[in-house]
Amino acid sequence: MADDIENLIQLLAKLPGLGPRSARRAALHLIKRRESLMEPLAKAMTDAAGSIRLCSTCGNVDTRDPCAICTDPRRDPAVLCVVEEVADLWALERTASFKGRYHVLGGTLSALDGVGPDDLRVGQLVSRARADDVTEIILANNATVDGQTTAHYITDQLAGTGVTVSALAHGVPVGGELDYLDDGTLMAALRARRAV
Amino acid sequence: MDWTDDGIVLSARRHGESSAIVHLLTAAHGRHAGLVRGGSGKRARGIYQPGNQVRAVWRARLSEHLGSYTCELATSRAAALLNEPARLAALSAACSMAELALPEREAHVPVYLGFIALLDALEEDTWPEVYVRWELGLLTELGYGLELDKCAATGRNDQLAWVSPKSGRAVSLSAGEPYRDRMLALPAFLTDGTEAGPGEIAAGLKLTGHFLNDHLFRPFGREMPAARQRLADRFANLSTGKTGFGATTA
Repeated sequence: MADDIENLIQLLAKLPGLGPRSARRAALHLIKRRESLMEPLAKAMTDAAGSIRLCSTCGNVDTRDPCAICTDPRRDPAVLCVVEEVADLWALERTASFKGRYHVLGGTLSALDGVGPDDLRVGQLVSRARADDVTEIILANNATVDGQTTAHYITDQLAGTGVTVSALAHGVPVGGELDYLDDGTLMAALRARRAV
Repeated sequence: MDWTDDGIVLSARRHGESSAIVHLLTAAHGRHAGLVRGGSGKRARGIYQPGNQVRAVWRARLSEHLGSYTCELATSRAAALLNEPARLAALSAACSMAELALPEREAHVPVYLGFIALLDALEEDTWPEVYVRWELGLLTELGYGLELDKCAATGRNDQLAWVSPKSGRAVSLSAGEPYRDRMLALPAFLTDGTEAGPGEIAAGLKLTGHFLNDHLFRPFGREMPAARQRLADRFANLSTGKTGFGATTA
């Protein structure tokens, strides 16, 4: 096999969801559709690699800094939603139900992996809470031990800033059947029950 | 070869796309790692949260191999503590201490049973005392136990107020007075079982932290886990009227 094709397969195999076998199939698919897919894809990747940057305000990825969300005048600057990763921001954006702005931490506190507060964008969040006209911060951390430890740490760091700190609810997902739910989710749902 | 044992999840690190390297503290096999296929996928991720108790089957071709785990959730502990900042901090601290301080594949049944007792206690109000006692038990099990039942100088067991930072032995109030600047405070709840306030828990954590660091971390060029430091800071802040985690960094 030619070096260029082998190189293409090796790089494709590094993508999530692809192994060496599926990378070969993807490479062959691209080669067969050279003009309609391979060349536009290569151009799109080159363009994106040249223009993508991190938003210095919220940590989102965009082609401009500040990002489109931070500069959108229709969004409420008084409400910030804190997420661990950009993927979480995209997940919330898919719901189209949040009209505030975001703050991407870049991970969670992890003692074993040596991730401390200085490795996350906690300091910038506190600065935003103090400097901007922020009235509420929604902590949308994952419902994991590391995620919630990070959320509690942030809550303590935000004490004294005067903003209201809230967190996402944990419980029964839409379409979830109680019989199939894990004990932890059921327990959390029971504890977070509300009057109807 | 294979074995089945009860275990407590200490950590789960992502491996590849959906697998995880899981460390368990097991009853009969000590701290033991294994690969869990699909362990970081969305279905199984909830099982492998630190503190959860599982029934684990470990399999490998040779005993020295990493091997793989198949685990069934026995008791979900983490979920009940997610909204409890201090208890969650204690759970994280205990898991990281066990992961970093215990040798691998060496059974330490008292530490395991103590951990179960701590997990039970995390649902009660006495959990801070139990946590400090669990760390004392960890020191004892690893060969660095403290002698807190009588004064090292007088041999008597009344008015014990200090612990020598070198010998780990208790010292009475009068005998330790000339050296009070160098002594570690011995909180009363460790000798008479009385209820402890945040200040005494902070003193207890400072006491165990000193010896854990001296024997299990500093000699190997390692630092105490950040989660343990955050727990100590939390109680230190509470005892001085502040709240929360304080300014601890990594």
